[in-house]
Amino acid sequence: MTPFVKHTGRAVAIGLANIDTDQIIPKQFLKRTDRSGYGEFLFFNWRFLPDGSPDPGFVLNDPKYATSSILITGANFGCGSSREHAPWSLLDYGFRVIIASGFADIFFDNSLKNGLLPVSLPEPIVDELIKLSTSDEGLKLSVDLEDQIVSGAGLAVRFEIDPFRKESLLSGMDDIDFTLRHEAAISTFERDSMPIYRF
Amino acid sequence: MRTLYDKIWERHIVHREPGRPTLLYIDLHLIHEVTSPQAFDGLRSNGRRVRRPDLTFATVDHAIPTLNRSLPFPDKVAWNQVETLRRNCSEFGIRLFDLDRIEQGIVHVLGPEQGMTQPGLTIVCGDSHTSTHGAFGALAFGIGTTEVEHVLATQTLPQTKADNLRVNVEGDLPFGVTAKDLILAVINRIGTNGGTGCVIEYTGKAIRSLSMEGRMTVCNMSIEAGARAGMIAPDDTTFDYLEGRPFAPKGENWERAVDHWRSLQSDPDAVYDRTVEIDAGELAPFVTWGTSPEMSVMVTEAVPEPAMGRDEASYIKALEYMGLEPSQPIEGIVIDRAFIGSCTNARIEDLRDAARVARGYRVASGVNAMVVPGSMQIKLQAEQEGLAEIFVEAGFEWRDAGCSMCLAMNDDVLGEGERCASTSNRNFEGRQGRGGRTHLVSPSMAAAAAIAGHLVDVRNWKFRS
Repeated sequence: MTPFVKHTGRAVAIGLANIDTDQIIPKQFLKRTDRSGYGEFLFFNWRFLPDGSPDPGFVLNDPKYATSSILITGANFGCGSSREHAPWSLLDYGFRVIIASGFADIFFDNSLKNGLLPVSLPEPIVDELIKLSTSDEGLKLSVDLEDQIVSGAGLAVRFEIDPFRKESLLSGMDDIDFTLRHEAAISTFERDSMPIYRF
Repeated sequence: MRTLYDKIWERHIVHREPGRPTLLYIDLHLIHEVTSPQAFDGLRSNGRRVRRPDLTFATVDHAIPTLNRSLPFPDKVAWNQVETLRRNCSEFGIRLFDLDRIEQGIVHVLGPEQGMTQPGLTIVCGDSHTSTHGAFGALAFGIGTTEVEHVLATQTLPQTKADNLRVNVEGDLPFGVTAKDLILAVINRIGTNGGTGCVIEYTGKAIRSLSMEGRMTVCNMSIEAGARAGMIAPDDTTFDYLEGRPFAPKGENWERAVDHWRSLQSDPDAVYDRTVEIDAGELAPFVTWGTSPEMSVMVTEAVPEPAMGRDEASYIKALEYMGLEPSQPIEGIVIDRAFIGSCTNARIEDLRDAARVARGYRVASGVNAMVVPGSMQIKLQAEQEGLAEIFVEAGFEWRDAGCSMCLAMNDDVLGEGERCASTSNRNFEGRQGRGGRTHLVSPSMAAAAAIAGHLVDVRNWKFRS
């Protein structure tokens, strides 16, 4: 996993609640067998009209936000399907941070395991950031994981993150390597504690 | 004073230390063609093996055709996924319920039907509707592909304990009101993120009275309330369902297993983080009108007026997408398609419910309706019971097993603007096809809508014999 330490970039907002993973990446793009190359399909049905041309009304097609790497959005982002293609497509498109007032559980975990940082902030602050991002000059933010601070446009807000997850992101540690340090405990469990079943 | 969730959690702890997630043992890992290929690639590139192929089972369900299964199928990319799963299963020694097997079906139908899903187990699958298996008193939840790889390699998962939400449903479900309506009502009440960070335990008389099929429908849609897992304590209904199934314990092991399973109850003084009370007697058939499963009303109601405040943007976008007006009555909304299927509602009891409505009728002209059984075994059983005949005579298409138009990865897709009464679990924009409009309903409501040509209240249905 690519470590995440600090990121500075331009922010873009999609100010809707409950954006599900079917919107982030529609199902027709889940048939491939690799992890990369999903960026071009991100928000496909919102980004492109049925004839395949970009929808000028969708914010990611606004040249002003072309280089954005921080996405600000509404509550319960990433709900629905467990498809890890959702964080893969966001990362591949160029996003490194998602700021929202809340995330769906599976999406949240999937993001952390890929070095995409989900930052939960209180709703009024998210609303303020959304407003700032739509101003003429736009919004540039810095997200510092070490200090757990989002800053920019005169604001500096602290965010919470589980210490273990923070450590994993900072080091880019592979969970499997970490777990295999407890190989002996797994074997002991298998010897002593397995329930009654015969598959 | 421990809950069912506490008990299963504690029994599966492999390792714990302060400030770290707990390492939890996984008893059963189900995999399918769509979310596993990258996990196997990861194993190979790190020179790792599958630790417990004997606790891992595979099937194909998500992207396969439900009509004309001559191989290879025309969708080359989907076909490659199936072939990749076959190669991975053979390389790593995993049992695969392939397209030519009678067991083949939707992964969350297959596990219980084969008796793999058992009380007290920890069960994972790279699919959010893994919550289904919680109906047996298992701790079952969906995971991403990186986690699939982790389970393949270690048979464990690092997990942080969730909150425990109790949904207590007392009273009796009235005639015509099903488990599907019950779970849509729960989602409506607590919202699509009401269960975020929680494991839900469903309790109460109305839950106890449900069949296993009904309990699976309820637990299945826990994820639509934001909860990764839903569970119901096992009882005689559970044991009766399981006894004699291929992978269920046999003989002496069966007796020992049932003794243990009986202990899997929340203690009377168990403490939950939150409790929601619902009176089953007040429920009616539910229908979703919007693009989130929480956007629902009873069939006798109308599309709601915009709610003032925060979610107004989502509300307006949803109504526009759905092509509906505020105050429009739900009954009478004209449909183009009906879909009876999915891991929510494609089990034998669901098909019986729908067939009871369809018997002696014809699908309305201009409506395309299809029934997609949850597994090939259910398909066979429905044919033996005469249900298939009822559907075919009524003009429903009778398909092979798979996820089909629940997520529309294969050819079963809604066209732009087409409106569908669907027994599936998600009414997201484009879920069943770009521009498609989904109304989530129960199997009997979907069958009634297919015949009437518009949404109707199935409680007033004139059944024919």
